[in-house]
Amino acid sequence: MLSLDGLEMIAVLVVMGLFVKVLEQFGLFEVVGEEDSVEDDFELSTVCHRPEGLDKLQEQTKFTKKELQVLYRGFKNECPSGVVNEETFKTIYSKFFPQGDSGAYAHFLFEAFDTNKNGSVSFEDFVFGLSIILRGTINDRLNWAFNLYDLNKDGCITKEEMMDIMKSIYDMMGKYTYPCMQDEAPREHVESFFQKMDRNNDGVVTIDEFIESCQKDENIMQSMQLFDNVI
Amino acid sequence: MAAGVATWMPFARAAAVGWLPLAQKTMPKPPVDKKSRSDEILFVNVSGLRFQTWKNTLDRYPDTLLGSSEKEFFYNEETQEYFFDRDPEMFRHILNFFRTGKLHYPRHECIQAFEEELAFYGIIPEIIGDCCMEEYRDRKKENQERLAEDTEAENAGDAPLPPDATLRERLWRAFENPHTSTMALVFYYVTGFFIAVSVIANVVETVPCRPIKGSIKDLPCGEKFSVAFSCLDTACVLIFSFEYLMRLYAAPSRCDFARSVMSVIDVVAILPFYIGLVMPENEEVSGAFVTLRVFRVFRIFKFSRHSQGLRILGCTLQACASELGFLLFSLTMAVIIFATVMFYAEKGTKGTTFSSIPASFWYTIVTMTTLGYGDMVPDSIAGKIFGSICSLSGVLVIALPVPVIVSNFARIYHQNQRADKMRAQQKVRQARIRMAKKGATNAFLQHKEDGGLQDGDSDSTPLCVKNRSAFEHQHHHLLHCLEKTTNHEFTDEVTYSEVCVTDSVGFRTSRSTSLSSQQGATTTCCSRRAKRRAFRLANSTVSVSRGSVQELDTLHITKTPAGTQYPQSRSSLNARTEDLKLNCADYTAAIISIPTPPANTPDESLPNSPAIPGILRNSRSSTYNTQETVKISSL
Repeated sequence: MLSLDGLEMIAVLVVMGLFVKVLEQFGLFEVVGEEDSVEDDFELSTVCHRPEGLDKLQEQTKFTKKELQVLYRGFKNECPSGVVNEETFKTIYSKFFPQGDSGAYAHFLFEAFDTNKNGSVSFEDFVFGLSIILRGTINDRLNWAFNLYDLNKDGCITKEEMMDIMKSIYDMMGKYTYPCMQDEAPREHVESFFQKMDRNNDGVVTIDEFIESCQKDENIMQSMQLFDNVI
Repeated sequence: MAAGVATWMPFARAAAVGWLPLAQKTMPKPPVDKKSRSDEILFVNVSGLRFQTWKNTLDRYPDTLLGSSEKEFFYNEETQEYFFDRDPEMFRHILNFFRTGKLHYPRHECIQAFEEELAFYGIIPEIIGDCCMEEYRDRKKENQERLAEDTEAENAGDAPLPPDATLRERLWRAFENPHTSTMALVFYYVTGFFIAVSVIANVVETVPCRPIKGSIKDLPCGEKFSVAFSCLDTACVLIFSFEYLMRLYAAPSRCDFARSVMSVIDVVAILPFYIGLVMPENEEVSGAFVTLRVFRVFRIFKFSRHSQGLRILGCTLQACASELGFLLFSLTMAVIIFATVMFYAEKGTKGTTFSSIPASFWYTIVTMTTLGYGDMVPDSIAGKIFGSICSLSGVLVIALPVPVIVSNFARIYHQNQRADKMRAQQKVRQARIRMAKKGATNAFLQHKEDGGLQDGDSDSTPLCVKNRSAFEHQHHHLLHCLEKTTNHEFTDEVTYSEVCVTDSVGFRTSRSTSLSSQQGATTTCCSRRAKRRAFRLANSTVSVSRGSVQELDTLHITKTPAGTQYPQSRSSLNARTEDLKLNCADYTAAIISIPTPPANTPDESLPNSPAIPGILRNSRSSTYNTQETVKISSL
């Protein structure tokens, strides 16, 4: 055998390496593990969703035909695929609140709108939600709000859940507020909320406690006019 | 806010239901939207192409023309649509922006036209989507470069100096644009000749000449004819110094000039000589002296003032500085790597030339550039293998940045060619524009001849006058008003040069004084158009206002250096007073466009303009002859 010393060995190895690369180019060698990349591309194709008929939606919601048309045109323009995913949801909502971080609250909203829990909000989900909030009775609205707060949908709001919600709302304010934002502000707000709402002081707020307390609160009742002529 | 956010506003407001129960205070009242909320279809008619869109679509961008109340200005009540007299093809893109939220740049459109449309509709071009932004930016940069070149060519070019330029300014101009005067041209060629002579002398003085009688060794010519060569050198240096000092004196900004590349080259070219004068003929410093002589070769760079190609090359190298830097860097890296490897590979060989790593640098460079002198060759197998890899990689590394440099060179070269072509065509363009302006004046003169300015009843006005458009009527009325104001009249070039012979002398400033003293002459030369006596009003005061017209003319000249004419041509005078009167930019455009209506009316058209002065001239010459005696006497 040839007696190769160190450097010659290296030289020979380098040459062999280059040889292998050249053969690879000609397709004679294929490095293992490259077959998966082709199929990934197909998943990017969007899912297209078509809503139910206009008449059906009109029955199910409290919007008129014209209003539904306007809503759908806007929706379809923004989301040609017919569904909104959470990222888009967050982006859209963040445009309204540029100073703060609205990601967390948008996440909760998304969960509340996505009634069938499939990870995307279709036009029906969107319209149902809007119908309840904008055209529903006060009780409907309060129910919807409760649903929003109840993160694990177990029928009662715990202090931790409310803390999360409160923090997300305060986050939307951003850093530059007057008076300066204290770190304790959300916690204090949660405490006062529970004081007001939790009748039997068991540490959680159930749906009945919630609705009852809200109906007794003058401020909340008066603020319901907020939704008078949104659409 | 970006696209489509308006659509989601109801949703955002609805989402406030989550804040309601938590609020400690009452929420404020929502805003009341009085106008009807139902969506309607709007009709937008752009030059006949009818577009329809929802009102909401346009309302998405309230700070544009279509999204704001500004579009009400374009609302046509009868047809119940918004009418825009703009390009319908471009409008398609604008409307698509409203619809999709993305602005695309159409590649086949002119970039300036597109920008104008955007400006009209109140859309800033910066929101062009990423897909088209690159193309837009490239085209815009190209366009700007081109425009900058054109204006530079116009300004720097052949515009004649104002008459009161100082000697300095004239000198500078002579240096920068040699073809403007014969003296400058002569100087240009003389310096070129001397540069060539100097360089050739430098070369020749090292050639071995036949030895002087009595000695065997070949002498370089420089030593044989040392006196001649030194005289030549001295003469060249004197001329270069003189040139440099002249340039320094004439430069408008001496600091900038002193720092420019060309001046540095000039200094480097002449400095060795002066240093050589100062330095003593010592043995120790003679080495330095020799080095200085090497610098004399830099005189050849002085040719770059004379050759555009050299300048282009210099520009290219400057523009490709980063590519060249990359090339250098990668070469250095490769050289060091391969030199190290080769050194250690060849270490074992007996009597190897690879004595050290720096010594191997030479081998690596020679191999990578595929020169292969053969003075250093590897012997061992490893050395040979690595040597071959080295040569292969050398080819690659050098070939990579070259196309970039080449494409840069091509771009700059084409730009220069275009600039040259522009300059060549500039004269033709200016001449045509002048013709157009002249045509405008001639239209007015013809109008006057045809009796258009008569105040009489409409029946007696000739048909050719009636046939003119309303625009022409108004324009001619305007010129007539100007005539009345200044108590002067418009004539054409021929008449003027025939009549007012006395003012052929000198520049304008001198003429104004000379004219005002010749009141009588001017009166008569204009009264010679005796046919149109009906509107020959206050002619006695003609001369006074003529002086003022001259001054106005002088004032205005300074504003438009490009394409100005010498004052002797009266048509230019007219053109400029017209410019003065209708002094906004759009009117100057109107003036150039005026010739087209005359072209339509058959009785007088632009091609006939040579004929018109002919007609005028004939009529005038007849009257001229009759009143010649009068004229002479008044002169």
